[in-house]
Amino acid sequence: MDLVKYVQDTLTPSKTLPNFKAGDTITVSYKIKEGVKERIQLFQGVVLQRKGTGTTKTFTVRKISNGVGVERIFPLLSPQIDKIELNKVGVVRRARIFYLREKSGKAARIKEKKM
Amino acid sequence: MSGLLGKKVGMTSIFDADGKAVPCTIIEAGPCVVTQVKTKEKDGYAATQLSFDNKKEKNTSAPMKGHFAKAKTTAKVKTVEFKHFTTEQKLGDVLNTDIFTEGDYIDVIGTSKGKGFQGVVKRHGFSGVGGATHGQHNRLRAPGSMGASSDPSRVFPGMRMAGRMGFDRVKIQNIQIVKILADKNLIVVRGSVPGHKGTYLILEK
Repeated sequence: MDLVKYVQDTLTPSKTLPNFKAGDTITVSYKIKEGVKERIQLFQGVVLQRKGTGTTKTFTVRKISNGVGVERIFPLLSPQIDKIELNKVGVVRRARIFYLREKSGKAARIKEKKM
Repeated sequence: MSGLLGKKVGMTSIFDADGKAVPCTIIEAGPCVVTQVKTKEKDGYAATQLSFDNKKEKNTSAPMKGHFAKAKTTAKVKTVEFKHFTTEQKLGDVLNTDIFTEGDYIDVIGTSKGKGFQGVVKRHGFSGVGGATHGQHNRLRAPGSMGASSDPSRVFPGMRMAGRMGFDRVKIQNIQIVKILADKNLIVVRGSVPGHKGTYLILEK
């Protein structure tokens, strides 16, 4: 395992990202290449889970777009992620909040942590 | 052609220039020692024998100790012959990752993971019985007919049946080298290679 970590550390540059967890609301600024041009797309939603180890960590973000639930999985250390903004810190009791998929409207609210 | 012996370290993913995550296997390759050079005149065929990975002296048989001493090296675990080496090698030469360059396509040979005794669906890709209903209860993954009846009144050799699966010599052709970390003798290749972590691999270019 030691050599795997060595390869990960040498080949993937580290990033400073906000510390977020499941239940938090975040905005991901994601770089999208269109031909030669590059633009930034925002994806705002609730974090369902964080997964993985080392440089292969990912996180899942869920949002409701035009009444349809949309989920996106991002690699945490992807160079395409411009920045991640932590909007709201939620209070949830588990690390993976998949129960949110069955809830809608008022029931899908997450209590916000008072700062 | 040139080649090297290696050991599978594990898998990870790295990001390429476009920011895409590429699945990669890390291989610890070399340093390999040339322990014998076979020639057409002396041995009837030309080949280069490479040895890799140290082992304890006490676990080495006396004939092998003498064989390694000829090449002025310590006892090694894995010894493999390579045919058709394009570059001339001398006894005792050390080969390492700099025989490859990043972006090269190589072949990787290893022993696949053993799967044990498996049925025809997993072993040969039979489709089994289509549906679980209409009276089916225990023939879902059965092989079906093995041939005709009284003529030939035998099963033809080579009929695909259940049995031991895996633990075969497998060659994966044209794997791209994504990165070479020469200071730790590591090669990062795109995709997967046969076998478990720590298995010995033959890398051919």
